[in-house]
Amino acid sequence: MKKNVLIIGGGPAGMEAAHQINKLGHNVILIEKEHDLGGHLAKWDRLFPTGRNAREVLDTLKENMKGINCFTDTEVKSINILKESYNVILSNGITILADAVLISSGFDLFDAHKKEEYGYGIYDHVITNADLEKYYKTHNDERIKNPKRIGFVHCVGSRDEKVGNIACSKVCCATAVKQACEIKEEFKDAEVICFYMDLRMFGRGYEDLYLKAQKEYGIRFIRGRVSEVSENIDKSLQIKAEDTLSSKPMKVSLDLLVLMAGMRPSKSGNDIGKMLELSTMEDGFFNTKDDFNNLQQSKRPGVFYAGVATGPKTLPETLNEARSAALEIHNYLAETL
Amino acid sequence: MIDFGFKLSPSSRIDLDKVDRTLLKRIADMEPDFKKCMACGSCSATCSAGAYKATSMRRAILALQNGLTNKALEELESCMLCGKCTLVCPRGINTRHLILSIQKICGEK
Repeated sequence: MKKNVLIIGGGPAGMEAAHQINKLGHNVILIEKEHDLGGHLAKWDRLFPTGRNAREVLDTLKENMKGINCFTDTEVKSINILKESYNVILSNGITILADAVLISSGFDLFDAHKKEEYGYGIYDHVITNADLEKYYKTHNDERIKNPKRIGFVHCVGSRDEKVGNIACSKVCCATAVKQACEIKEEFKDAEVICFYMDLRMFGRGYEDLYLKAQKEYGIRFIRGRVSEVSENIDKSLQIKAEDTLSSKPMKVSLDLLVLMAGMRPSKSGNDIGKMLELSTMEDGFFNTKDDFNNLQQSKRPGVFYAGVATGPKTLPETLNEARSAALEIHNYLAETL
Repeated sequence: MIDFGFKLSPSSRIDLDKVDRTLLKRIADMEPDFKKCMACGSCSATCSAGAYKATSMRRAILALQNGLTNKALEELESCMLCGKCTLVCPRGINTRHLILSIQKICGEK
């Protein structure tokens, strides 16, 4: 008899895992709280470092999902922990007896309103990285009106003890540089400035992207964290930072400010964690069974993780985790036959 | 000795061998957060005095780590203890308190 695998979260991690576990011959049920599959990927326009169309990546993931049981607009209501399985009651009234559970709950984007000093939701021309991706997709945002000078603030809600997140969100540096190049392409006469603390261009092709941003797009990089933003009477923005390399406080007026909001643990994912009594680390993301040898397993037998549920990751890393979780689940089910 | 009209300029190189480690330890013991600075510059950017006089918490911490105690005190000389730097520090350092402790240990200028 086929074994049931429940996947919680229909972002890239959940979708890729569903495809692989299905191929390995198990019965997959995927649930997603939103109306559409794809998670944050569905809201993104292009991907770093190559500018690959996010839609194409998502379409491939969706194509691979064909024929797999999938409930959208659905959440977990409660979970009964049985001896060798999990009895999961869903918000659509369906009950699933799962032999294994994969948590691919991903992340919530940091709520930029919390950094009040940057004025998101207060000033007219302050947006987030997610807003900018939406603009690239729709070209419809009242806050973006032919800006002449544009600033990007790295590490918004990351590396920040004040907001309760000391961790680096890993992907915002490369995203900021990517978005800076894109906005320069959109507004060719605009001056674009990135305010960073450290540029963490660790992945393949990222450093090339950085070089391209300097050489081809003329993006200015200033090493200093923006400390505060205020609005001028003409609705332009006045921002303060220290140019730490010249060791001088600096001010500059901008027409558009983009806040690189980081990753926070998914709230609904953490609710599932509570139902399953799973532990998290100090950063709020789930604890793995071992941080080298068992990255996909939780401390509870039969419960697995893939993707950002266990901390910030890039999309390729997330997809690889999904594949590795599929294999771990397959081995687990073979052992518990 | 014959005077050739040349003189040696004192080296401006930072010499880590000459850093007074006991002084740093005393500051760190009193203010453990002293070690947490990641040099982002938020404090200096927002400093009320910094736009007019060379005043910077970030530079003061760096100067102390490099053994330049006088330079550190100069950086804090114009501080009005308004505390704005404490508000913006992403590492949650109580910079205002740290300034007072540094002056207590190193002596005010």
